[in-house]
Amino acid sequence: MHSETVAGLIAGLRGRKYSAVELARALLERIQRSQPGLNAFISIEAETALAAAAEADRQLASGNAPPLAGVPIAHKDIFCATGSRTTCGSKMLSNFIAPYDATVVARLRAAGAVVLGKTNMDEFAMGSSNETSHFGPVRNPWDPARVPGGSSGGSAAAVAARLVPAATATDTGGSIRQPAALCGITGIKPTYGRVSRYGIVAFASSLDQAGVVARTAEDAAILLRSMAGFDERDSTSVDAEVPDYVAGLDRPLTGLRIGLLKEFFDKGLDPAVEACIRAGLEELRAQGATLREVSLPNLPLSVPTYYVVAPAECSSNLARFDGVRFGYRCDKPRDLKDLYERSRGEGFGAEVKRRIMTGTYVLSAGYYDAYYLKAQRVRQLIAADFARAFGEVDVLVSPTTPTPAFGIGAKMNDPVTMYLNDIYTIGANLAGLPAISVPCGFVEGLPVGMQIVGGHFTEQRILNVAHRYQRATDWHTRAPEAYR
Amino acid sequence: MSLSRRDIDDIAHLARLALTEAEIPVYLDSLSRIIGLVGELDRAPTAGVEPMSHPLAGLKQRLRADEVTDTDRHELYQRNAPQVMAGLYLVPKVIE
Repeated sequence: MHSETVAGLIAGLRGRKYSAVELARALLERIQRSQPGLNAFISIEAETALAAAAEADRQLASGNAPPLAGVPIAHKDIFCATGSRTTCGSKMLSNFIAPYDATVVARLRAAGAVVLGKTNMDEFAMGSSNETSHFGPVRNPWDPARVPGGSSGGSAAAVAARLVPAATATDTGGSIRQPAALCGITGIKPTYGRVSRYGIVAFASSLDQAGVVARTAEDAAILLRSMAGFDERDSTSVDAEVPDYVAGLDRPLTGLRIGLLKEFFDKGLDPAVEACIRAGLEELRAQGATLREVSLPNLPLSVPTYYVVAPAECSSNLARFDGVRFGYRCDKPRDLKDLYERSRGEGFGAEVKRRIMTGTYVLSAGYYDAYYLKAQRVRQLIAADFARAFGEVDVLVSPTTPTPAFGIGAKMNDPVTMYLNDIYTIGANLAGLPAISVPCGFVEGLPVGMQIVGGHFTEQRILNVAHRYQRATDWHTRAPEAYR
Repeated sequence: MSLSRRDIDDIAHLARLALTEAEIPVYLDSLSRIIGLVGELDRAPTAGVEPMSHPLAGLKQRLRADEVTDTDRHELYQRNAPQVMAGLYLVPKVIE
């Protein structure tokens, strides 16, 4: 059961090959066993999961079951779920019990999904390695000495290790695609505004977007279909029809125009990673796609742009953690100022404090124009570069990351080196574009991801390209030896 | 660009973050490097370019009728508060 896809499990549950309770029990047992080695979960919610699975079995028996009835999933611990501890990977929220549901959580529950637990993540989703979590690092199922990527490292590791077939995740600068690539699975970040942000602990509100990690593009499409759509409780949710992502998956690629980002194949790319991407492009060409090089001259500035915009928004969003209404409070505050400063100083980890301070600096009097406004202008140039490119091509293909998974501890002492790891993924967030990462090979036993970026609201097209690629290749079916 | 100890103290104060003595040199070094990285933006030609505050051009801020839509759930919400008494959040004395 554990190696089945979501599509396979839906068929198995409806065909009575196993019950939802049997399935949930089997995966909960796998999760428990994996914890000491992987640390992919912050909370395992066996009791509520088994109750939800029993309800799914009743629905399945009645013949009137919702689309995901009995399908086990996990939520990144950034999504609020009523009555569930929601830590965001932080000491600040280590005892926070969510009093309401995120829209994504409510929609997946209504669709019948059974939530087995909450996955580990970089603190407040700030990190590219899952090493900033207050609950300890997650390990890569392909090599426990390496990182799984971040910030959705727990969700990606859990899916790669066959603990759940799919999990929710969020992506502010690559936090879905980068861990998906480093763990050898599929991850989609939808268009900004496609999936509601309501009930997701905010990091950088003009960049944050929720999505899915799964083992196949088809599974990602199945889940996204239940998650996407307008929500009046998210002020930047877009009121546009959600196409049937599953129905479009098989469309042939004949005539598909693929753009290769000149800037991304230029420098800093591991030649072995490049070889995997070139082989992936050959496969797409063999299916009838045409390739051409496109140039986005401002794209190399996406890392510095992001590391102004994201920290600025983070410093504003995280101002709500004051030690008064919820979250960590320091011991014996002398006065109100001491309460604020020590609660925040002790409750936030090193990387979160670094980002808050960076954001505070770039927004402060005297620097606002030079950094923040300047970055917002460069963001406009980068978005315009993408818009121009999508006048000439349908999708852009690139590596998802410059290298395969790096060692735990290897980049923790140098934040700038860590930030540069996001070079290929950040552009899609700045421009609000949908993007997916699919497994496309291995370098020394470690998975490599290929990124497909589309124009606004073209999730259907990038899922289609990813699915057609996966029909012709088997990289996405490979499992780490210890978790087969 | 290099920041000074004084800059770090000022930023930490504005951000309401108490830093330990051991943390200060670490942030002095890493924030200086980050400011160096974002300094690359200087070379971008942005004269006449509008600042972009969110990625969906043409998205209008939605408004709704000014009606009460939430019910009173303060008891539920206050269960997450560090210190509450009689429905009030407790903080150290502000006015002597």
